[in-house]
Amino acid sequence: MDLNYTTEQLAFRQEVRAFLQANLPQSLSDKVKYGKTLTKSEHEQWHAILHKQGWLASNWPVQYGGTGWDSVHRHLFEEELTRASAPRIVPFGLAMLGPVLQEFGSDEQKEYYLPRILNGEHWWCQGYSEPGAGSDLASLKTTAEFDGEHYIVNGQKTWTTLGQHANMIFCLVRTAKEGKPQEGISFLLIDMRSEGVTLRPIVLIDGEPEVNEVFFDNVKVPAKNLVGEQNKGWTYAKYLLTHERTNIAGVGFAVAGLASLKRIARTEMYKGRPLIENPHFAARIARVEIDLMAMSTTNLRVISQAAAGKAPGAESSMLKIKGSVIRQEINSLARSAIGPYAMPFVSEDLDPGSNDLPIGPEHATSVTATYFNNRKLSIYGGSNEIQRSIISKSLLEL
Amino acid sequence: MNFDLTDERQMLQDSMRRYLNDSYSNEKIRSLADSEAGFCRDNWAGLADLGVIGALFDETDGGFGGAGFDIALVFEELGRVGAVEPLLDTAVLGGGILATLGTDTQKAHIESIMEGSLQLAMAHGEPQSRYELARVSTRARLVDGRYELDGQKSVVVNAATADYFIVSARTGEDTASPKGISLFLVPADAQGISLQDYPLTSGGRAAELMLDKVEVAATALLGHEGEGHEALELAHARATVAICAEALGLMEAIRTLTTDYLKIRKQFGKPIGKFQVLQHRMADMLIEIEQARSAVINLAGHVEASRDEREKHVSATKNLVGMVGKLVAEESIQLHGGIGMTEEYELGHLAKRLIMVDHRLGDSTHHLERFIELAVA
Repeated sequence: MDLNYTTEQLAFRQEVRAFLQANLPQSLSDKVKYGKTLTKSEHEQWHAILHKQGWLASNWPVQYGGTGWDSVHRHLFEEELTRASAPRIVPFGLAMLGPVLQEFGSDEQKEYYLPRILNGEHWWCQGYSEPGAGSDLASLKTTAEFDGEHYIVNGQKTWTTLGQHANMIFCLVRTAKEGKPQEGISFLLIDMRSEGVTLRPIVLIDGEPEVNEVFFDNVKVPAKNLVGEQNKGWTYAKYLLTHERTNIAGVGFAVAGLASLKRIARTEMYKGRPLIENPHFAARIARVEIDLMAMSTTNLRVISQAAAGKAPGAESSMLKIKGSVIRQEINSLARSAIGPYAMPFVSEDLDPGSNDLPIGPEHATSVTATYFNNRKLSIYGGSNEIQRSIISKSLLEL
Repeated sequence: MNFDLTDERQMLQDSMRRYLNDSYSNEKIRSLADSEAGFCRDNWAGLADLGVIGALFDETDGGFGGAGFDIALVFEELGRVGAVEPLLDTAVLGGGILATLGTDTQKAHIESIMEGSLQLAMAHGEPQSRYELARVSTRARLVDGRYELDGQKSVVVNAATADYFIVSARTGEDTASPKGISLFLVPADAQGISLQDYPLTSGGRAAELMLDKVEVAATALLGHEGEGHEALELAHARATVAICAEALGLMEAIRTLTTDYLKIRKQFGKPIGKFQVLQHRMADMLIEIEQARSAVINLAGHVEASRDEREKHVSATKNLVGMVGKLVAEESIQLHGGIGMTEEYELGHLAKRLIMVDHRLGDSTHHLERFIELAVA
């Protein structure tokens, strides 16, 4: 048992830190720090900076243009990114689709799509959930009928995050109605510019159009856009989920959130003293910090197992639950900390390029919106209720 | 012991519920979010016509209610539909201060309030005061028989619509002392007042209010100079009844919405309400809402009691309602799943309004501390 990083790992961390200091534009880190929404071109700007350094695909093997890092190095990298308030790497192409194509895609698909994920030509989004298929994803109904040359896609996807920026969407579609629902699902790559694709934004309770509905009306998709075998899509989707989950605890976000909470509580005054000195409020911060300290180590335990070649299983469900609950508690405390200034709703403040005077202290600007927005953490990617079922089934064998 | 409504209150509840069900919808609330006033002036007039505003005032002031249970009844009904009309600001806080301290001339405004033709806003909180009632640093100086007010008031709800502000200002003692606070009835168009107006997460609007050498006549003073704190505390106690009862109405609406959704939303081949884990979560929610209902009754029944007794209940109820409100809002979003995160679905507004209850008149931590102080004393 040794809780310390190796000399090499520490040197790597230093290298990442120095790189971020020199190359992360302050215009981007300021926006991230204050919870503001990044524009599409700001996301692209940040991806290009990382790509130039060769660090954009931190989870890909070297042969595909990735870093080839193990899970400990990836963890250190992600930790430094959040520490420096860097924009998060948009996960759809890099963290989700990339690994699926590398494992199950044809050579042609790998050659065509992977470089375009790296150079930003393709912005991917995820077409999984449907209005009738949320927690019960396997009941999805969007159909793809093969006419010998094309798949004809009809149906609707929903909760498509940042779909408004995307030009490509990877979808789970139904290609067979017989047998178990999981056995009739295929994994299809669809160009969003195809005829018959329409996108409708969904405004969330924080006032931001972060997610979308995507409609497919007789959309023609070439046969070569099928990933792997027809009706095997569920296997690929599950593989994707394990990759999505390596950073599922969101420790970096929690650490950054806690630091920001403490900054706020040091500035806010209560009964003539900084709020952080109030014993009742300090106790609530301490409780979540203690939880976070333990959860970080749980996270490292899972990561170091993964570095030793053991794929994370139901442990990632545990991390997802604990991680989301801790982050939500930090968001809730930050909301409490800003007191009456949680009440103003000024959505323009979150919008790119807004120069309006902030209402109240600047640190209060997006706190309420973030609190409401992050209620999603315990809902998306398999709700915490679904994660508990996975734990009781696989870890407890109940 | 009798927990039933009197006949008069039952009639008021029935007519209010009918009116609000007819005149409110989620679409309406969403359209109001972008409106100039932040609320619906037709609904305001409609509520006034129904006698809803009058029910918040005592007979001696021309009303026909004004007791804790009248306030609770009115606000629970408003909460059920997520109404955003500023009854709390104009009638309970502003009107309450006028009723307690006003001269006959000042009290004449109460009739206009009950008719629906006058709006007030309470300009009390300041950037550094958080939830402390006595922390006032806005200053009022008597110069040549007129008062001159200087300072900043924060998150003044209903400011842009108000005809008058009730402004608290220090005429003596230190910043945090309950002594030396004076209250003034200031016309909204007085020279030196400027507003930075914005919408609220809960619906409705508020503003940052800057007072720069605002001159008012000596007759603008409400009650005696330096003795405003007692009336402020009483008005806040009555406002706490109102906001907690409103929270209760919101919780009931949210519970109904969530239960209905669990019955119709099917996953894994059956309504999700058939899953035991969700049933238990709803059962817990119901138990906590009943706790909130009892806490609101406790407070409504003690708002006319002695100061110490009353204030203990203010803090007990506001603490409990803040905690339960958070549980109900968060659980209902979680049990709905993605649809609960959307602005289009009516849960969003109700849940946001419920969460925002904890940011007015003291949050649950503030009132926990205050309860400890009051209960020990």
